[in-house]
Amino acid sequence: MRRFLDRHWYAYAMVLPVVVVIAVLVLFPLAQGVFFTFTDINEGNIANPILDRPATYVSVGLDNYLNVLSGDASYGAFWSTLVRTLIWTFGCVFFHYTIGLGLALLLNRQVRGRAVYRVLLILPWAVPAFISAFAWKYMFNAQYGIINQFLRFLGLDDPPVWLGQSDWALVAVMIVNTWLGVPFMMVALLGGLQSIPGDLYEAAEVDGATPWQRFRNVTLPGLRSVSSTVVLLGIIWTFNMFAIIYLITGPNPNTRILVTYAFERFFSGASRDFAVASTYGVLILSVLLVFAGVYRRALRKQGEVW
Amino acid sequence: MTVEAASVRVVQPVRALKRSQRSPLASVGLHGALVVASLIAVFPVFWVLVTSFKPDAKAVETTPKLVNDSSLDNYGRILAGEKGDFLAWFGNSVLIALMTTVLAVFLSATTGYAASRFRFPGKRSLMLSFLVVQMFPFAVLIVPLYNILLALGLQGTSLGLVLVYCTTAVPFCTYMLKGYFDTIPTDIDEAGRVDGLSPFGVFWRLVLPLARPGLAVTSFYAFLTAWGEVAFASAFLSAADESKTLAVGLQVFVQQNRTEWGHLAAASILVAIPAIVVFYLVQKFLVTGLSSGAVKG
Repeated sequence: MRRFLDRHWYAYAMVLPVVVVIAVLVLFPLAQGVFFTFTDINEGNIANPILDRPATYVSVGLDNYLNVLSGDASYGAFWSTLVRTLIWTFGCVFFHYTIGLGLALLLNRQVRGRAVYRVLLILPWAVPAFISAFAWKYMFNAQYGIINQFLRFLGLDDPPVWLGQSDWALVAVMIVNTWLGVPFMMVALLGGLQSIPGDLYEAAEVDGATPWQRFRNVTLPGLRSVSSTVVLLGIIWTFNMFAIIYLITGPNPNTRILVTYAFERFFSGASRDFAVASTYGVLILSVLLVFAGVYRRALRKQGEVW
Repeated sequence: MTVEAASVRVVQPVRALKRSQRSPLASVGLHGALVVASLIAVFPVFWVLVTSFKPDAKAVETTPKLVNDSSLDNYGRILAGEKGDFLAWFGNSVLIALMTTVLAVFLSATTGYAASRFRFPGKRSLMLSFLVVQMFPFAVLIVPLYNILLALGLQGTSLGLVLVYCTTAVPFCTYMLKGYFDTIPTDIDEAGRVDGLSPFGVFWRLVLPLARPGLAVTSFYAFLTAWGEVAFASAFLSAADESKTLAVGLQVFVQQNRTEWGHLAAASILVAIPAIVVFYLVQKFLVTGLSSGAVKG
């Protein structure tokens, strides 16, 4: 034991601050959050030192989970919300990745004004997300928004009411989130492309590989490790993406995803139902953990250690 | 056999072409695609800029014009505080984001270094836990954090919000800094040790100064995360106007009954410009930092 500490004490000393922070600010709240899912906690019975009021919430067993998982509309229609969340997540990440990869490939060529293009293309990343959300909300307005004005100019007399009570609202927020997320993918993939040795391409050319074959057999494998990380991060971030939907469409049920509903329950509802919000939180975390596990296993199978 | 010979003959000009010049048609296509993408990337920001000079009434006209009674009036009224205490929001945002940055980078630098240099039991699970924490939706933490802040008497204060932001900033900063420390050769550490420095001395005197670009990028990242955060700020800050951050305060402009687009746009530009300027100052490092740090892990 002494030798063990002698050898590692400075490593542990350096790690300690972060471990303490994570324990106090993440693990302890997580445990408490899980505990809350078995109670009926809300704004009315949470302990409040300012009002000098002790906690009076009581255990309700598995009721919260049963209510939520029943898919009942008064508890946020869990299953259809989950499906919408999956459409939102995979749709957004698909476009992030494909558009990001396309632009990275273009920028990776010898093209005049490359620096200028890159600066312009990163702009959506540089603007704070809540500003972008307001900008798009203005542009998507059905009457005076520039997007519908443009569509009318193109001859579409009856452009969609983007942010109304229809699935167009989901399309609209997905467009916004795609616009927002492409630069990150582009930059990360550009870094990956630049780390692929040029010899590989020359060798492929000498062997007579077509551009498509070079892309399939040199570029894609070379991007594998970068891609697997950014796609996973992208999925997690998009799954938990809150600001865009909250600021653009608010509580519109057509754009409701799991995270926004949890926030609605926590914050916007008349009763401020903390128990159901926590239940949603735990369910979201479970979905993501299962997904990450499957993803990791899939990568392992392909010989990628991550 | 003939096929092979043909392909060899074709290969030569293709390679030459790539080095010097591609066909004009391909060039047009390449630039065309990049121009269209750039326009889409820039247009929303440009449109906000255009709108920010228009009076609220002109901003909702159905015939788009670049200039329509444009003036700097919106900016004047925003800065004078006629539409809510903009300068106070700005100050709060700067303060909260700066405190988060300092705290998160300070805490995560040592851990990032330890994870990069030392092998110790528990390292793998530690790094994995940072990745898992990325997965935490705020929804699972929001109630307990609210509870904790209430108990500590920090509910509604800036300091409480800083602590909350550290839950996301610290793991992420650690991850990025570890990646950056990995790119600094270990020879430097060994040389320092040979010269009689302690492990902390090596870290403090040799590695940290070398890691300045990495620290800059990480700081910037932490800053932007806190600067643009909406959910916790909306939920945890008190309703008093002077305690809001920008992300919360600006929501005032888009309430259902009155949407003051001209003013909102002007405020947005005032918020976005500092962020954009800083972003472009560090974006060179950002690319290297990302590809060496967060991405390769």
